[in-house]
Amino acid sequence: MNSLGFSLLVGLGSVAAGFLGSLTGLGGGVVIVPLLALVFGVDIRYAIGASLVSVIATSSGAAAAYVKEGYSNLRIGMFLEIATTIGALAGAFLAARMSPSAIAVIFGVVLFYSAYLSNRSRPEHPSTARPDPLATSLRMDSTYPTADGPRSYGVQNVPGGFGLMFVAGGLSGLLGIGSGAVKVLAMDRVMRIPFKVSTTTSNFMIGVTAAASAGVYLSRGYIDPVLAMPVMLGVLAGSMLGAVVLTRARSRILRTVFSLVILALGVELIYNGLTGRL
Amino acid sequence: MHAWTDERVERVIGALLRWGVILAAAVVLAGGAVYLARHGSTIPEYRVFRGEPSDLRNVSGIMTDAVSWHSRGLIQFGLLLLIAVPVARVAFSVVAFALQRDRTYVVVTLIVLAVLLYSLTRAGP
Repeated sequence: MNSLGFSLLVGLGSVAAGFLGSLTGLGGGVVIVPLLALVFGVDIRYAIGASLVSVIATSSGAAAAYVKEGYSNLRIGMFLEIATTIGALAGAFLAARMSPSAIAVIFGVVLFYSAYLSNRSRPEHPSTARPDPLATSLRMDSTYPTADGPRSYGVQNVPGGFGLMFVAGGLSGLLGIGSGAVKVLAMDRVMRIPFKVSTTTSNFMIGVTAAASAGVYLSRGYIDPVLAMPVMLGVLAGSMLGAVVLTRARSRILRTVFSLVILALGVELIYNGLTGRL
Repeated sequence: MHAWTDERVERVIGALLRWGVILAAAVVLAGGAVYLARHGSTIPEYRVFRGEPSDLRNVSGIMTDAVSWHSRGLIQFGLLLLIAVPVARVAFSVVAFALQRDRTYVVVTLIVLAVLLYSLTRAGP
């Protein structure tokens, strides 16, 4: 296959990945790397480089819409970005010292976990406990819009969330994904921030986290422009399309199908990693 | 002069992100079109990792390639613009928090900015 055909196919695959990623809230990154590595036979380092770039594009594009709605909390996001960016730098350095097979196995495990997280029920749990004094002194407590006007919320367990954000950043730098699932876990479950605020703030943080590892990837030669081009444009187009559809319908079946795809890719990555085929 | 409320800061950041991504995508698309027009019939090879040539690995090399209209350099310049979007967002936040006289968050944001700039400029192989 020549470059033109290859770019078109990768571009189409990326549109599909971005579309499904935005519909299910898992992001396109989790499917792009396995898609490139398993289907197109791309070395996992090039795949991770291209995926990371597409993560920055979708995060920044989507965040532009979210900040307008008034859900995302800039102070919480900025504070936690200290943890995610340092974690991402560490992860990107680690990626250069790990064998592609080991990275594939870790990636597979993260895919399993993402599929599990996306299928769990997410109850809104307005926090009744007193907020963490650290959160109050950092002015993290805020309000978010609801049908009956703005509702205020407090933030719990800042050190716990900060620690988990370091892990989220590390995974992002190691695997070239947004690791939105772990970020939401840290804010929603550990810090008890309302779910809608957690997801939009997470999306906002993903671009900055990914930019921290992008510099390392670039200087190591992981980012191939010709491969990244259809991936970035495709995922961006797909996720914009997904955002339009999302406001109209949220399909449960689609989420289940996507989870099964992710599980299958995870099995495939772990198998190929363990047998040293990647 | 209007006050820099959180809401206004968020609006400006939203616009910054949107236009940054549009600009980066346009440059990548243009570079990609030039590349495929010139080299569309070559056979791509990504199975074996070799790493990019050194001029596509750092900011000044990418700039040089982009101004001389090398298609790969042009795409890479677009990707560099894209990486710069979140960095610009953080830089703008430093200014916004300073205008709000929020010293704690000026420091928080400066730390994040320092990590990003370190990654882009110092993190060699």
